[in-house]
Amino acid sequence: MGKYVRPSRLEEALSVLARPHVVLAGGTDFYPARVGRTIDEDILDISAIAALRGISTTAEGWRLGATATWSELIEADLPPLFDGLKQAAREVGGRQIQNAGTLAGNLCNASPAADGVPGLLSLDAEVEIASQAATRRLPLDRFITGVRRTDLGPGELVVALHVARPVRPARSAFLKLGARRYLVISIAMAAAVIEIAEGRVAAARLAVGACSAVAQRLPALEAALLGAPVDGHLADRVDRAHLAPLTPIDDIRGSAGYRGDSVLVLLRRLLAGLAP
Amino acid sequence: MKVAFTLNGTAASWSGPPVTRLAAALRDDLGFTGTKVGCDAGDCGACTVLLDGRQVCACLVAVGQVEGRTVETVEGLADTDGTLARLQDSFLAHGAAQCGICTPGMLMAAQELLRQVAQPDRTEIEDALGGVLCRCTGYTKIVDAVLSASVQAPVVVPAAGSAVGARLPRVDGHAKVTGRDVFGADGVPADALWIRVVRSPYARARFVLGDLAPLRGRLAAVLTASDVPFNGFGIYPDIKDQPVLADGIVRYRGEAVLALVGERAAVLSIRDDEVPIVWTAEPPVMGIDAATAADAPLVQADKPKNLLLDGGVRHGDAAAAFASCAAVAEGVFETAFVEHAYIEPEAGWARRVGDRIEIHVTTQTPYMDRDEIANVMQLRPEAVRIVPTACGGGFGGKLDLSVQPLVAIAAWLLKRPVACVYTRPESMAATTKRHPARVTAKFGCDAEGKLVACDVSATFDTGAYASWGPTVANRVPVHAMGPYAVPHVRTWGEAFFTNGPPAGAFRGFGVPQAAIAHEAMMDELADQLGIDRLEFRHRNALRAGDKTATGQVLAHSAGLAQCLDALRPHWDKARDEAAAFNEKGGPRRRGVGVGCMWYGIGNTSMSNPSRMRVGLSPAGTLTLYSGAVDIGQGSNTIMTQIAADALGLPAAQFTLVAGDTDLTADAGKTSTSRQTFVSGRAAEGAGRDLRQQILRLANSGPEAVLSLDGAKLTVRDGAAVRTIDLATTEALMGEGTFDPPTTPLDANGQGIPYATYAFAAQMAEVEVDTELGTVKVLRIVAAHDVGKAINPMLVEGQIEGGVAQGLGLALMEEFLPGRTENLHDYLIPTIGDVPPIECILIEDREPLGPSGAKGVGEPGLVPTAPAILGAVHHATGVRAHRVPLLPHRLREALIKLQEGALKGTAA
Repeated sequence: MGKYVRPSRLEEALSVLARPHVVLAGGTDFYPARVGRTIDEDILDISAIAALRGISTTAEGWRLGATATWSELIEADLPPLFDGLKQAAREVGGRQIQNAGTLAGNLCNASPAADGVPGLLSLDAEVEIASQAATRRLPLDRFITGVRRTDLGPGELVVALHVARPVRPARSAFLKLGARRYLVISIAMAAAVIEIAEGRVAAARLAVGACSAVAQRLPALEAALLGAPVDGHLADRVDRAHLAPLTPIDDIRGSAGYRGDSVLVLLRRLLAGLAP
Repeated sequence: MKVAFTLNGTAASWSGPPVTRLAAALRDDLGFTGTKVGCDAGDCGACTVLLDGRQVCACLVAVGQVEGRTVETVEGLADTDGTLARLQDSFLAHGAAQCGICTPGMLMAAQELLRQVAQPDRTEIEDALGGVLCRCTGYTKIVDAVLSASVQAPVVVPAAGSAVGARLPRVDGHAKVTGRDVFGADGVPADALWIRVVRSPYARARFVLGDLAPLRGRLAAVLTASDVPFNGFGIYPDIKDQPVLADGIVRYRGEAVLALVGERAAVLSIRDDEVPIVWTAEPPVMGIDAATAADAPLVQADKPKNLLLDGGVRHGDAAAAFASCAAVAEGVFETAFVEHAYIEPEAGWARRVGDRIEIHVTTQTPYMDRDEIANVMQLRPEAVRIVPTACGGGFGGKLDLSVQPLVAIAAWLLKRPVACVYTRPESMAATTKRHPARVTAKFGCDAEGKLVACDVSATFDTGAYASWGPTVANRVPVHAMGPYAVPHVRTWGEAFFTNGPPAGAFRGFGVPQAAIAHEAMMDELADQLGIDRLEFRHRNALRAGDKTATGQVLAHSAGLAQCLDALRPHWDKARDEAAAFNEKGGPRRRGVGVGCMWYGIGNTSMSNPSRMRVGLSPAGTLTLYSGAVDIGQGSNTIMTQIAADALGLPAAQFTLVAGDTDLTADAGKTSTSRQTFVSGRAAEGAGRDLRQQILRLANSGPEAVLSLDGAKLTVRDGAAVRTIDLATTEALMGEGTFDPPTTPLDANGQGIPYATYAFAAQMAEVEVDTELGTVKVLRIVAAHDVGKAINPMLVEGQIEGGVAQGLGLALMEEFLPGRTENLHDYLIPTIGDVPPIECILIEDREPLGPSGAKGVGEPGLVPTAPAILGAVHHATGVRAHRVPLLPHRLREALIKLQEGALKGTAA
């Protein structure tokens, strides 16, 4: 049996992390990986640390604490910018998982099919990381480095996610494709944020999950959307060539070709849905 | 570490490692076993509790995290005086609990919702309950129960003589909605040792055990093949081919090799790589093609060609008759391994009592378990006692042995109670599956659409061991022409060994696979001739007086045509609505499909008797002694209703002793939809027998009216009133037996395989997203000829649950060894996938059955996949030849269809 510490102060947690510990928060990835066996690792439980909780506004935008759950996000008073991420939250597992699982944990688990990643990529989220030595911020696309791999170093802990307030009004949306309703791992998913000025796309950020080792933004599509009128024709701008950053694979949930086709459909529907 | 929290309003404290799952702390240490464990991975929601009022999976919460917080479990729902909460009452009144294993989780999830929204709508209910899986109910009655939770549920208490036909709540339901029912893992004695089974990571390998002495030093015992007195078990008396513990060879991934026996923490702390086994893996034989290849390695050395068995039915001259047909349809259809996915994994415990062994286990078949354990342990059957616990779903999967021989041998040798509870991945890897099938079908009809000939061959992958493979291979040829009158028939069934998991019994015994084929043929023939698909089936439906392909004349109770008549108005309306929807264009297309089935009740051409008893004690206790196991389908209630009316006393006065092989008589296994028909008839006989004894004692005529008040039994016969003081009489015991009359099948499959058949027709409305290949089932209408609905609510529950499993078979379920051994990679339908289901009960009386009843357990599932697949074809033109029709498979078929159409245009 390993050690278990559940500090209430961040400093204490960071000092505990001077030695390797498995970090436990919502438990929704931790326990499924330990079915039918004794849990003998040293555990740092961060669920009692007040400084890691909650969703709040900051001078630059919003701060999502490391232990903020999907349900807290769904229930938070947030602008339409967050509609897409909220839609993703409602598609995570079932209500039980939404009540316990954390957004930051979803990033740290670094599954290719993580439901939170496309939405957070489309929000240009930054990850705030602390250690005893320093605090740093990293754009999300540099935080997740591969399948089940992140940039977190020894002694480091994710303390919050940050989303900057866009200068223009923004809309967002998310679509997930799965083989059943609820409790389903994505075959493919797509998230979009567009900022609008004078009825045209002034900025666009789109990301696709479950179609590459790490969810990817689609810069060529984003560029193609710039300046487009926000109307029913937005979806027409989507082209297969925009999917170049994706590397879908064949697995039990779908073939690579199917994933590619489906992502095109999801993106078109996403953009069609963003038009008034 | 000590953790203090509030549990159901009361201060609670717990000590131990804080990383312990809350579910384990509640169950194992605090005795709150109402919280069930189905997966320990957040995939099933059975362990749902409220933490500070919010639903969470107790298997994903570290008990250290509940310090100072409030936890609510199912045990806290009722008032402290035992009065049920309205939600619990509503679950009982609507039949929302079947086996009851998901019920606590469902109740707690609903509780969170009802505190937020007093009168939720269907969508809110689905969102709130979406994280709890149910494998029995099809969710319909759960939704109904939550929708009605704000109103007081009506109480159904039928008077004497009116129990049959009443929507009586389950007689065992109270324990299920309060979390007090004791399932396989719930009643383990505190001093029990535990078993962890070491299993093969290879589908095919040889192995040598190293020095086990160091492990034995840490544990109470390490059992190997040499500890098993007779190391072979199997369903058939002459096929005991599956070892309890493998002996040098493993034939499928997940096969049991060693049993580690010791204190629970000790056995769980031993990792597989600490167990000295030297493996030599060999290329496995996977799938029918590999097993039947000319140079295929043998799975079992003494089974040439990997053949388990084959056989068929011949009637008339099918080959010649096709020449005269106006239309002929042909097709090949393939299905996958399907997992039962009951929410309760296999669990049980044993103790040695003198020279007897007593096994408490979740099972569908206590008497077969008794005899099999006696054989494995080389004891007399009388030396084995099986005490069935509540069974958290079976569907055929708990007809085979799982934990029974291991806990029995260990408890026998160690003279201590020994328990074993499978983990979810273990349950999925190690236990039986539905047989993958390849069905090759050819049907022909005349110009009026009357079927003339059929030729159907069904080849099954029976996995590594025989299990129920022979049953499947025998049953399918009898059913493979479908519920239709076909004069010229050739059918064939064959099963081959592979290094897949043993394929065993699963709701329908191969008939659901065959139905996918014959129903596709009906659609195609109807389309070829331009006849409405439902009308085509109606013209060909087997009716009373028709002769089946085995030469059996159906004298009574063949209600398929009535089922189709009942569907017809729904069918016409749905077809019109689909056409109107599709006229609008767009990527979503709607379609309507129909599927029909028949199903022989009971064993195929084999004796399968039931014996039931009803006793009246000197104290006035009226007891039904039922050896039939209620695995959620409701036989405890059905038997009580039947016996009550046969005796003439109210059902509410009955107590029940069920399953225990020391206290009941053999009522056979809960399978082949036989309990209502066979055991029900025995229960009717037992009730009548007791009534006769009472009437004789009272010297009263057959019309006498009985009433029971304590030990005072009053018999009113016209004006004459006699009172019997039971305290002054011997205990009375009525007994009934029934064995459905069948005859063996000859070399051409001719004979009477079943005494009666269930018939059904279902209609499915679907919406296909043609761009994504996804299918949403919008509605099912299910018309079933059940002979007589002893309890319409329970009958509907069986149909609705069957429909959900049929939907899974059609659209999402595919077990892949090593890949889908959990409930997030293996998908079963959630509350959001199962559409509204409308049940229509046709009662075409079966004279042999109790009050005219026959079975409904399996029939609910059989027509669903064909109806859905027919609807997909109607919507899109794609005929599925392989299930599950996963989104990518449907999308690829749509593309192929479009490419074909383009080529057709070019040519």
